[in-house]
Amino acid sequence: MQIPVEGFMYPNEVELQWSVLIVLYPFLTGLVAGAFILASLERVFRVEAVKPTYRLALLTALAFLIIAPLPLQLHLGHPERSFEMYLTPHTSSAMAMFGFVYLWYLLAVLVLEIWLDYRRDIVVLSQSTAGWKRLVYRALTLGSSNISERSLHIDERAGWLITVIGIPSAFLLHGYVGFIFGSVKANPWWSSPLMPVVFLFSAMVSGIAIVMLLYMGMCWARREAIDMRCVDTVAKYLFYTFIIDFSLEMLDLIHRIYEADESFRSLDFMVHTRLYLSQVVLQILVGTVAPIGLLALTQVLKLTEMRRKRIYVVAGCLTLVGIFAMRWNVVIGGQLFSKSFLGYTTYKMGFVAREGLLTAIILTFLPFLILWVLVKLLPPWPEKPAVAMSTAASAD
Amino acid sequence: MTKFKDAGHLFRLAAVFLVGVVLFLIVRGLLVPKSFGQYGHYRGKAIAEIAALPVSYAGHQVCEGCHTDVLDVKSKGVHKGVACESCHGPLAKHADDPASVQPEKLDTAKLCVRCHEANMAKPRNFPQVASEEHSGDAACNSCHQPHSPAMTAGVSQ
Amino acid sequence: MNITRRQLLILLPAAAIAWDHILAGTPEASPNYNMTDHWWGMLMDITKCIGCGSCVRACQLENQVPDGYFRTWVERYQVTDWNIEYPKVDSPDGGKSGFPPAKEDVGKNFFVPKMCNQCADSPCTQVCPVGATFVSPDGVVLVDQKYCLGCRYCVQACPYGCRFINPKTETANKCTLCYHRITKGLTTACCEVCPTGTRQLADLRNPEDPIHEFLKTHSVQVLKPYLATRAKVFYYGLDGSVR
Repeated sequence: MQIPVEGFMYPNEVELQWSVLIVLYPFLTGLVAGAFILASLERVFRVEAVKPTYRLALLTALAFLIIAPLPLQLHLGHPERSFEMYLTPHTSSAMAMFGFVYLWYLLAVLVLEIWLDYRRDIVVLSQSTAGWKRLVYRALTLGSSNISERSLHIDERAGWLITVIGIPSAFLLHGYVGFIFGSVKANPWWSSPLMPVVFLFSAMVSGIAIVMLLYMGMCWARREAIDMRCVDTVAKYLFYTFIIDFSLEMLDLIHRIYEADESFRSLDFMVHTRLYLSQVVLQILVGTVAPIGLLALTQVLKLTEMRRKRIYVVAGCLTLVGIFAMRWNVVIGGQLFSKSFLGYTTYKMGFVAREGLLTAIILTFLPFLILWVLVKLLPPWPEKPAVAMSTAASAD
Repeated sequence: MTKFKDAGHLFRLAAVFLVGVVLFLIVRGLLVPKSFGQYGHYRGKAIAEIAALPVSYAGHQVCEGCHTDVLDVKSKGVHKGVACESCHGPLAKHADDPASVQPEKLDTAKLCVRCHEANMAKPRNFPQVASEEHSGDAACNSCHQPHSPAMTAGVSQ
Repeated sequence: MNITRRQLLILLPAAAIAWDHILAGTPEASPNYNMTDHWWGMLMDITKCIGCGSCVRACQLENQVPDGYFRTWVERYQVTDWNIEYPKVDSPDGGKSGFPPAKEDVGKNFFVPKMCNQCADSPCTQVCPVGATFVSPDGVVLVDQKYCLGCRYCVQACPYGCRFINPKTETANKCTLCYHRITKGLTTACCEVCPTGTRQLADLRNPEDPIHEFLKTHSVQVLKPYLATRAKVFYYGLDGSVR
């Protein structure tokens, strides 16, 4: 397979090392961190308005976090050796330390917080359901059926503490992914102290956007009225976070253009040619400026509920496209130019291949499947009697 | 104890975590390779494994051990600094069992131009020729003796 | 090199001992090889390189390097006028079959062989998540083929582009400084076949190694010194345009 090269590249650089799966991975973990930060808004910062999204945000984070290692495993040359990262982690390697950050976040933060918040429902369900579902719930209770006032109060305090620890943990989770790129001094497109911060804020933006979309989508599917006060507040936070994210990215860009170091000409050329569509069009215009503009409209003008809902849906979708494009531009863009600054290569993405586009698409849909299972198992909203009967009828 | 009565589920959870950690440590003790950490954060045995890889080029000292006649000619000529296997290819197998592994006969028409074809990027004082003009189709060894290629008064040594 | 009969008398037994080790089923380093006695590097005299590609071919044969990937390669530079910032560089198939004549006869032209710089402060070993690549006690950066996961982080972290993933083993691969040869008293395959003496193996810890004298009397450089990798491949005659 001949890869078209323009100019000169070191011979081993022509083939890209990290594929679309490595683009997908920070996208998925970003959604996790962002969804969690949104959940913590209610829990720690007592933003009452977003309470309807609290449980949904946690379950979304869990669904995406479970799938997140899959693109990594599929990318590895030897996935069967991946456990070595836990056995003999190299402490100087950001990637190794990330394995532990991931594990910490999954078990000590997310799973724990979900369990504590849902414990009362789990105990009730372990007594009211039948069949294999009963077994699952009973296992989840860990054998304790104590749902007295005091125990629930303890749960609430413990959950609050975990969320407080969870916020810096979420920052660490996605900041680390940014650091994995930002600490590579060999690559001037990546190497920057801003990288962890940019990754984190873009993660928050994508996480808030997806929870907003999922909440609106699920309300529509359940024929429930959307709590506009909630969605307006979520959109407001999305807007503010987006402003910060956009400022950071513009800062990086302006700094690069101004200092114009030895890598600048090569990178500039790359952005104007090979990365034009994904960077300038998709990431900046369609994925950042447009959603910020739309959200600004909702903040500045008094719009009808219908109009606001439509804008939120469009802005939310554009945001996700933009953040995915940002990951693409960082990962793929960082490999399209030569470290000699004299040439460019091309990314040949397969379709039906281990690291192909189809695999990426499937991996993107999997978390929604997991989320569907989680929502069925641990309903985020109190079941209304009519709805409960219809789901009971349709489920069996 | 009444204070802890309602936190029973948390203790159970802590127990589950503890069991998990203990299991992990046991598995780790079993799976980490024994020589890991011997010299640094890597498997010490890897060094020996890499050092034991097979050798393909014997090295000119080994060739010179047997082919003293060639050495006599070569050491007096301008190719004295060129290793035998530079032209003849990797011959550790031949040195190992000279009778059964015979080196290939070389085609000087293709071999010599690899170094001596004129090219702007080569150092100016390096002997190079435009082979078309210099010799046309003729093989280089029709005039030059490869082991001592300099020509004196039109006759090669 | 001019070898007298006397030198041969000394060389032959040494060669025989080295060869013995090679014959005895290629065991590990010769028994009297002590890692801490050595600190390996290499000297590249650019002024002598003729771009013949012998080193690239020899390395491929010695180390079973797959086609399309390179543990070492040769680059040709064409610097016109004063334009040191934008040279024209090419490396057709890594220089394995030499170089065709340049399109235009202009400017300053020269060859630069490249390889793993065996960095003492190696950025590639820093990022390996599991300890599959490391700097050996004698200064060679090696990859443990049985432990590497193929995550490719080290390939990204190398500023010199000297690493690749071997498609057969799906693990990271690169120049090992012919570790299996130097530990037996042989020189690297590339140094062995280099016809002009451009490439020379150097032991920075051996006071008798000629590199010490060379470093004292010549100006040398390493590639990308601003990245502070403490590279141990020293270039003599390196032009400012070399990337």
